[in-house]
Amino acid sequence: MIAVVDYGVGNLFSLCASLEFLNVESVVTADKSVLEKADGIILPGVGAFEDAAKKLSENGLDTFLCEQAKNGKPLMGICLGMQMLFDKSYEYGEHRGLGLIKGEVCDLNLDVENLKVPQIGWNSLTFRQNEDSLVKYIKEGSHVYYVHSFYAKNCDESIVAYSNYGVDVPGIVRNGNVCGTQFHPEKSGEVGLNILKAFVETAEGKN
Amino acid sequence: MITKRIIPCLDIRDGRVVKGKNFEGIRDVEDPTELAKYYNQSGADELVFYDITASFEGRALFTDVLTKVASEIFIPLTVGGSVNTVDDFDRILKCGADKVSVNSGAIKNPSLIGEAAKRYGDQCVVLSMDVKRVDGKFTVFAKGGRENTGIDALKWAEDGVKNGAGELVVNSIDTDGVKGGFDLEMLEAICDRVNVPVIASGGAGNMEHFLTLFNTLPKVDAGLAASIFHFKQVDIMELKEYLNNNSIPMRRI
Repeated sequence: MIAVVDYGVGNLFSLCASLEFLNVESVVTADKSVLEKADGIILPGVGAFEDAAKKLSENGLDTFLCEQAKNGKPLMGICLGMQMLFDKSYEYGEHRGLGLIKGEVCDLNLDVENLKVPQIGWNSLTFRQNEDSLVKYIKEGSHVYYVHSFYAKNCDESIVAYSNYGVDVPGIVRNGNVCGTQFHPEKSGEVGLNILKAFVETAEGKN
Repeated sequence: MITKRIIPCLDIRDGRVVKGKNFEGIRDVEDPTELAKYYNQSGADELVFYDITASFEGRALFTDVLTKVASEIFIPLTVGGSVNTVDDFDRILKCGADKVSVNSGAIKNPSLIGEAAKRYGDQCVVLSMDVKRVDGKFTVFAKGGRENTGIDALKWAEDGVKNGAGELVVNSIDTDGVKGGFDLEMLEAICDRVNVPVIASGGAGNMEHFLTLFNTLPKVDAGLAASIFHFKQVDIMELKEYLNNNSIPMRRI
C-alpha cells in the first residue's frame, strides 16, 4: 500500500487517479499510524515552500517523515514535495527543509537568462544514473511535464536525471531510499506512469 | 530542451463534443473521453475543454466528463467556458483539471484573476483573450467575440499577467476560421509585453502555418486549434513529426 501525505497542499486528484490507473492500492492520509504501515510514502505539493513546510510541521509530520526515511521507508517527493526533501530553500527568504537530500532550492530566475520563469512545459530527461530503479521503465530523452520557478542546486551526487532549461535542472534525485521528481509524473503521460510504477514496485519489494 | 506544445481544443455541450468528423478507430466521435484518448495517443501535449453548455444540467454532465477524462488521461488539462467566480475554479480543479482558463469572466470582474491566482497559484490561471483590430488597434472582445469591450489588448495582457495569469491564450478573431495562418503581427505585439507562456490560437489551416508560427515567433510556446484537428485536415502525430524534422523541438511519445 502506498500512502500519499495529506497536508492541505495542492490538488491530489491526478496523483490518486494515476495510482488507481496503475492498480496500486493507495490512501491519502495525515495519520501517522497509517503512514507508518504503508510500503512507501509519496509527498506531493504545489505552492509556496514556506507555507508547505509550516503545514508539514504543524502536525509534526516533518520529524515523523525524517524518522521514517531514516528507518528505510521508500519516500518520494513530487514537485514542491521533492524540494522539501533538501536542506533548505531560498524561496522568499530562507527556510529549512527536511534535510534528507543534500542541496538547496534556488530561484531559477536568478540563474537563467532570456527564458520564461516558471518553466512550464515538456522537457527531455538526460540520465546521470541509468541504473536507478526509478528510470527502469523509461528511455533517456523521454519528455516529462514541468511547472516550477525554483530548482534544486548543489546536489550533484543525488542527481539521477536532469533537464536543461538554461541550466541543468535536476529532474529526478535520489539519496538511498529517498527520491523525488521536480516534474509531475502524474501529468507526464505514459512516461510519468512508468516512473510511478517503478517507485511503487520498489516500495512493495517487487524489484 | 523544452518543447513547443500542440494543443487541440474540444468544445463540449451537454457532455458531448460539438464538432468532429469520423476518425478511424473511434466509434463515437462525440464522446469526449474517446476523442481525448485519441488525441493523447496522437501525441497532443495538452488538452483544452471549453464548456459551452448553457444549462445547469449540462454543467453537471460536463463535470462528469471531466472527471472521467482526468481519471484516464495523464497530461495537462485546461478547462474554460463560463468561468466567473473562484467557486468555478474550485469546481473545475476538483474534477482533475490542472488549469482554468478565464475570458469574459475576467472582463466582468478583473479581480477574479488575482483572487484565483492567490488561492491556486499562477500556474492554474490561464487568461484567454479574443482580440480583433478596431481602427488599427488590438481590442479585446467578450462573449465569444461578439461584444467589443473597447479594452486595449496589449494592456489587458500585461495587466492580466501582473495580476497573476500564468499563461495567455491569444485568439485572433481576424484570422479565426480563415485558415490562412496564425496572426503573427498580433502575437508578436503581445509576446513583447509579457513574460509568461503564450499560446497562439486562430488561423491554423495546415502544418506549414505551425512551422511559420514557431520559426517567426520564438517566444510563442504553443499552438492551439480545434476544427483542423477534428476534421483531420491536420493529424497531430504527422504535424509533430514534420515540426521535429524542421528543427522545432517536439515531445515524442
